[in-house]
Amino acid sequence: MTTPQSASRPASPPRVGLFVTCLVDAMRPSVGFAALKLLRDAGCRVEVPDAQTCCGQPAFNSGDTADAAVLARRFIESFEPYDYVVGPSGSCVGMTRAHYEEVLSNDPAWSERARRLGERTYELMSFLVDVMHYTPTDVKLDSSFTYHDSCSGLRELGVHDQPRALLDKVTGLTLKPLEGNDVCCGFGGTFCVKYPSISNAVVTEKAEAIERSGAQLLLGGDLGCLMNMSGKLKRQGSKVRSLHAAEVLAGMGNGPAIGEED
Amino acid sequence: MQEATVSFKARAERALADPTLKLAIDRTTGTAERKRAVAMTQFPQFEAARERGKRIKDHVIANLDHYLLEFERNAIESGAKVHWASTAEEASQIVVSLCKQANAKRVTRVKSMLGEEIGLPHALDEAGIERVETDLAEHIVQLGGDRPSHIVWPSMHRTREQVSDMFKRAHRVPHQEETIEAMVASARRELRDKFLSADVSISGANFLIANTGATCTVTNEGNAELTTTPPRVHIVTAGIEKLVPSIEHAFLMLRLLVRSATGADVTQYTTFHCGPKQPGDRDGPEEFHIVLVDNGRTRMLRDAALKEMLRCIRCGACMNHCVVFRQLGGHVYGGTYPGPMGAVLTPVFDGLESSRDLPHACTMNGKCQEVCPVAIPLPTLLRGWRDRSWREGLEPTAARFGLSIHTFVASHPRLYRLGTAIAIKVMRLFSRGGLVRGMPGLGAWTKHRDFPAPARRSFMAMYKNSENKR
Repeated sequence: MTTPQSASRPASPPRVGLFVTCLVDAMRPSVGFAALKLLRDAGCRVEVPDAQTCCGQPAFNSGDTADAAVLARRFIESFEPYDYVVGPSGSCVGMTRAHYEEVLSNDPAWSERARRLGERTYELMSFLVDVMHYTPTDVKLDSSFTYHDSCSGLRELGVHDQPRALLDKVTGLTLKPLEGNDVCCGFGGTFCVKYPSISNAVVTEKAEAIERSGAQLLLGGDLGCLMNMSGKLKRQGSKVRSLHAAEVLAGMGNGPAIGEED
Repeated sequence: MQEATVSFKARAERALADPTLKLAIDRTTGTAERKRAVAMTQFPQFEAARERGKRIKDHVIANLDHYLLEFERNAIESGAKVHWASTAEEASQIVVSLCKQANAKRVTRVKSMLGEEIGLPHALDEAGIERVETDLAEHIVQLGGDRPSHIVWPSMHRTREQVSDMFKRAHRVPHQEETIEAMVASARRELRDKFLSADVSISGANFLIANTGATCTVTNEGNAELTTTPPRVHIVTAGIEKLVPSIEHAFLMLRLLVRSATGADVTQYTTFHCGPKQPGDRDGPEEFHIVLVDNGRTRMLRDAALKEMLRCIRCGACMNHCVVFRQLGGHVYGGTYPGPMGAVLTPVFDGLESSRDLPHACTMNGKCQEVCPVAIPLPTLLRGWRDRSWREGLEPTAARFGLSIHTFVASHPRLYRLGTAIAIKVMRLFSRGGLVRGMPGLGAWTKHRDFPAPARRSFMAMYKNSENKR
């Protein structure tokens, strides 16, 4: 049986540029190290471009397209040398993959560079499954988890089955479905601080649904959403611990969760 | 009207503090969401129908002049009188003067969002013409003296318990039993003789059918027939984007509209009107007027992005699935149309300056686009307004200043690393037990939730260190 070329695993180890993302860089480096480990385990040569900073999403979503374009061009220059660009966030990858062309639409040459880089840019979970056909082995965690599908990853990139398929291979870990798993948590980037009361009302309902799932862990693929949900759970004195799915997959599930002392 | 003087944020705070409102919103939108989901499982051709629906609307919008003239020609041939209005004021004045020409004392109305958009209820009240809302929910809105809060369920903001009290106060022979059936019967007793004694009826249109000159209206109460048949004069008001080439196209759009709006396969009543009473007809109006309204639509047509909004068939699915709408309800949006569609349309009608909060009060989660039966990229259109707001200098100085500093810093990696290191140090100073519970500049977050303390060093710093050791 032959598989189509596009669906087969790259023959030689691909050179991957790790797109760390601002939040992981500043708030939770363990997610970056987990991504690094998973990509290496999956057979990639991983490098971390030194020049990377922010993808420009806050500017873009604020209507400041000119500033977003400055950062988009920087991002493209930093990551163009790699076979693939992979980041542990649907939101940040969605920005570069789904919106850079629009941000740079006034400049055909740059817009084309954005499109071509976008084709090689992936959210971590989908890259591991769809491109590298990776299956975690010897990962163990005795716990139960519920999974929140962050909106950008879900709707802009089609990330839904991949994290579940990977987490399914973790020995001892069981899924407790989340009611409204595809409903926004109310984070929305700058939305949560521009409209704090509305955001709070949304995340309060989300926290209630997480509690109702009965899971011990809340997992997701976007640190922004996880910080929002775990922040609400913590404030309410919940026992649910929140982690990025990559951390669990990299065997770091027993380490300090989001909002726990390191 | 008093709503306009209170800011969006203040209106939002008021709505968020109202548990009865939240209960009412959850009941209606929750039911709508569940029923639509079931309808979708029984409509496997939805994606294909949605693509066709989109193509039909795009085609009509691209050839609007052609279809408008075809519709006008056929409507006149059927005996209708066609009026053109470029603004809301012009449209409502045309309707009011038609009522005055007919010496109307009492008019009956079938719910129409376009009627709200052109300020018709207010214009009729001003002209001293008695206005009877015949849609049950619009009747509730009229009794409450407020505005519709949803385009499909205008009185969604009221619980049935509140409605029961309103009916008991206002109806001549109110219900005794606390059942929905008894309450509906109370409204029917109240409205029935008014249906029969009205001089003029006014309705909207879900579709204008170009090749016949007919109009199409959907209701679930049958009030459209009862409203438009007895009076001597019937006036239809419709936006020019409501055109479809033929009745076959209307049927495809109906499949999309009804399932998306209520989850039903079809509405209880689908009414077509074509011209006035003809010789030999047993009933029907002697005069049939159609008022075609532009009110900003041709301006949208000239805008490559906003043009897509002209596909909207007013089903309300976007608001039923919007996390923000489901917390606030419709009144907070301040315009005729609430939810994501309203956040796109209100700046068109009222100007961006007074409505700039609407496109910003969105998490960009994309659910509205996912459920839209004509695939309108609502988040992209909302971002378009943000972009415009930025270019026109309507955004707060602090945001402009903050983002330009951010861009400068993010353009210089070493400066960016330094900034990150300082931010980490400061946040850790304010943290206890792994959490920041309050910190200057973080108040909007920490008022409602905890902020996790960052790790001691950034990823980039730790990575560099580990690579150097390798």
